[in-house]
Amino acid sequence: MLRPDLLIVGAGPAGMSAAIVAARAGLKVVVVDEQPTPGGQIWRGIEANAGTSRGRALGEQYCSGLATVRTFRECGAVYWPSTRVWQVESTLGTYVTGPGGTRVVAPRLVLIATGAQERPAPFRGWTLPGVMTVGAAQILLKNPGSVPSEPVWIAGCGPLALLYAHQLIRMGGVVAGFLDTRPSTPLRETLQLAGRAALRSSRELAKGASWYAELYCRAGRYVPDVVDLQALGTDQLEGVRYRTAAGRVEEIRTSLLLVHEGVLPELHTVRSLGCEIQWDAGQAAYRPVLNEWGECSHPDILIAGDAAGIGGAVAAVHRGRLSALRILQRLGKVAAEPEMTEENCRAALAHALVLRPFLDRVFRPREQVFAPDDDTIVCRCEELRARDLCAALSGSVGSNQLKAFTRAGMGPCQGRQCGLTVAALIAAAEGRHMSEVQPFRVRPPLKPLRLCDLAGLADESRSS
Amino acid sequence: MRAGQATTAVIGGGLHGLACALALVQRGQDVVLFERSWIGRRASSATAAGVRTLWRDPAEISLSLEALERWYRMDALVGDDCGFRAGGQIKVAESHAEMEALAARFAQMRELGFHHEELIDARELRRLAPMISEHCVGGLIARRDGAADPHRTIAAFRRAVEGHGAVIREGIAVMALEPAVGGWRVVTDAGSWTVRHVVNAAGAWGAQVCRMVGEVIQFGYKASMVFVTERVEQAFRPVFSTVGRSLSFKQSSQGTLVVGGGIQGGGDLEKGLTQVDFRALAKGAAAAQELFPAIRNVQIVRAWTGLEGKTPDLLPVIGPSARASGVFHIFGFSGHGFELVPLVGEIVADCITYGRSRYDIGSFDVARLLT
Ligand SMILES: Cc1cc2nc3c(=O)[nH]c(=O)nc-3n(C[C@H](O)[C@H](O)[C@H](O)COP(=O)(O)OP(=O)(O)OC[C@H]3O[C@@H](n4cnc5c(N)ncnc54)[C@H](O)[C@@H]3O)c2cc1C
Repeated sequence: MLRPDLLIVGAGPAGMSAAIVAARAGLKVVVVDEQPTPGGQIWRGIEANAGTSRGRALGEQYCSGLATVRTFRECGAVYWPSTRVWQVESTLGTYVTGPGGTRVVAPRLVLIATGAQERPAPFRGWTLPGVMTVGAAQILLKNPGSVPSEPVWIAGCGPLALLYAHQLIRMGGVVAGFLDTRPSTPLRETLQLAGRAALRSSRELAKGASWYAELYCRAGRYVPDVVDLQALGTDQLEGVRYRTAAGRVEEIRTSLLLVHEGVLPELHTVRSLGCEIQWDAGQAAYRPVLNEWGECSHPDILIAGDAAGIGGAVAAVHRGRLSALRILQRLGKVAAEPEMTEENCRAALAHALVLRPFLDRVFRPREQVFAPDDDTIVCRCEELRARDLCAALSGSVGSNQLKAFTRAGMGPCQGRQCGLTVAALIAAAEGRHMSEVQPFRVRPPLKPLRLCDLAGLADESRSS
Repeated sequence: MRAGQATTAVIGGGLHGLACALALVQRGQDVVLFERSWIGRRASSATAAGVRTLWRDPAEISLSLEALERWYRMDALVGDDCGFRAGGQIKVAESHAEMEALAARFAQMRELGFHHEELIDARELRRLAPMISEHCVGGLIARRDGAADPHRTIAAFRRAVEGHGAVIREGIAVMALEPAVGGWRVVTDAGSWTVRHVVNAAGAWGAQVCRMVGEVIQFGYKASMVFVTERVEQAFRPVFSTVGRSLSFKQSSQGTLVVGGGIQGGGDLEKGLTQVDFRALAKGAAAAQELFPAIRNVQIVRAWTGLEGKTPDLLPVIGPSARASGVFHIFGFSGHGFELVPLVGEIVADCITYGRSRYDIGSFDVARLLT
């Protein structure tokens, strides 16, 4: 069995940055990622795209990832692409399946850098073919580089929705319309937060403002203050009905709708280990309870990047480095690069997070995201509607009991799609705060696993 | 929380605790049931939910046959059929030597006067399971056996218990039992109750409750694992096990494949924690795949480990305490208690209410385990 000093789950900005610091300092590092190439979500496919027109269209921040990916490739860390981690035992025994089959790794420490997932935001009709998330659409842009042939409608809230629209337009795609689901923020509060942020991060702010301006000019339509959505159609998306805060209801025809309501830390692995989490009201999301190094309630596990709380790519780099520095400290090593000091990393991290309170406030999801109406499917795998779940919510039942009663969360997505909504429904029904409600307990495997891949492990134990 | 009085306290809100509570209220008793966690949290929801009379220890065959009849009448008992599907249970022989072992078992059953198990040849086996691997040579079948849906079963029993007026207290652990005038004081982490009788249905924690009344017994626990796959097309109805390996394999009514068979994972009784040991579980996956090669690419979506009490002879503990009058036991089902759920609670409720049961429960006496 392989026994590295450090196993890193995720080869995005955080995972790669940590790997570089740790491997250069002489640690034996293994990095596992399910994608075929390094880069994570933001820099997906960067090696293939850099220097091409597609790369340029995806933007400067995208192209900036190439340097990190190259350094990562050369840093000496063992990198297993196309490999999924599907179980981490509390003793750190880690089960992975990749092109070489299934194996078990026994590291001394684990760094979880699994990034973010898009916030599942159920609305009526969201399971219709033709409705997809902005994140999934962006993967298509980066990978085979396919630009949707038809004009697309986008409905959403959050920097990623704006960035996608911007990238799509630069690649020659057409935004038929943008339904902005961002609730309007009180002007004074916005200005205050923006003012504070502008002092330190005016460039980023200007970039965001220019994306908005571009949308105004280039999107066929721009509709602000959308509070409710309904995808129309029987077997395939045919249109969208939406309602604005002012109560106006309109319908548009489209066969493609991209939706996005922000991102959440990907906590599946963290939670399967029973690590403590807390409700972050500012980000309207659960996040792990961490110290300033990214150490969690499990003594030998650290968490960095968006999995530690949404902070974006630059913050992820510095959180990854800080966690790596802590790991070096714990294993009695020092960083190879003299400038890689705690002080420098903290200063850079603080700078990267300047804009965050502003972004969190401005892009706070609308209330309807947490309170789907009765008819909305909440659990896609088991096709359960909010009504079915609420009916089972008599007395004081927790998420796990509700799961047993209704099968919500038992399907192949393992509760990733409905977990947060179920917790929100429970909180609403019982008049409790989200911080008092526990989401579903996570059961392994963390990723669906083919039966033969598990069976393969039996041969391995026989031979070893 | 207010403490109170009842005629009987049931410790443990698994299926056996619920079933006994139901039988007690039906016999006119006031019942309060304490569950440390939430109803069904332990073995009763972790279970593979096989309704199996096949291959049981001769000492419990009579009980299991009687319980099986009740599975066919579940609707009348709790207002729901609990998802029971009678597709049969088959023990598969993978070699001629194994087939001989099945034949010997068959002969033994005949000698004891039991007729629920039947030998089948390779052709009949393939008729019942067209996908089964070529190398399987035959089997032993109990055609009236089957499997149920554990969550529906728990929900149905819970509704029935509450519908009859028993009080269920979740999130309350019983810490001690103290003799009191005319019965027992049940000390919980949320006050004390005074009762005449106590039913110990604490599952894996049954021996802890025994210790509360000075009964020290030989007792261990099992941490059995199960995994379930994505849904696939309905392909067969029986539940399969094998002679030579730890495997139980079935397709649920939802279409998922459920693989278990008593493969052991990790568990900690004190902390109530369990862990899945995928190295061990891999053997179950390998066995399932060898029996049904077509399933190799099906995705596993969930695996878990459930805790259950285990006695040295793998028979349950049913009946009055050997040391403390007014205390009754229902625990230690050693991995096969689901099938017995509709019967055992009634037996103990009869013992409590009428002082005896019409079933012979001598083999399950706790006295055999006293140290
Ligand atoms: C993985 C697995 C697969 C199985 N497959 C099958 C099968 O296919 N067929 C079959 O027939 N059987 C099967 N079984 C066995 C069957 O599930 C059990 O025999 C049955 O569910 C036991 O029910 P119970 O009520 O005795 O125990 P449990 O359901 O464990 O209930 C005991 C309860 O007591 C509570 N408790 C304990 N101590 C205290 C206290 N001090 N105060 C308050 N509450 C307390 C616990 O929290 C627990 O909820 C399986 C078991 C497992 C674990």
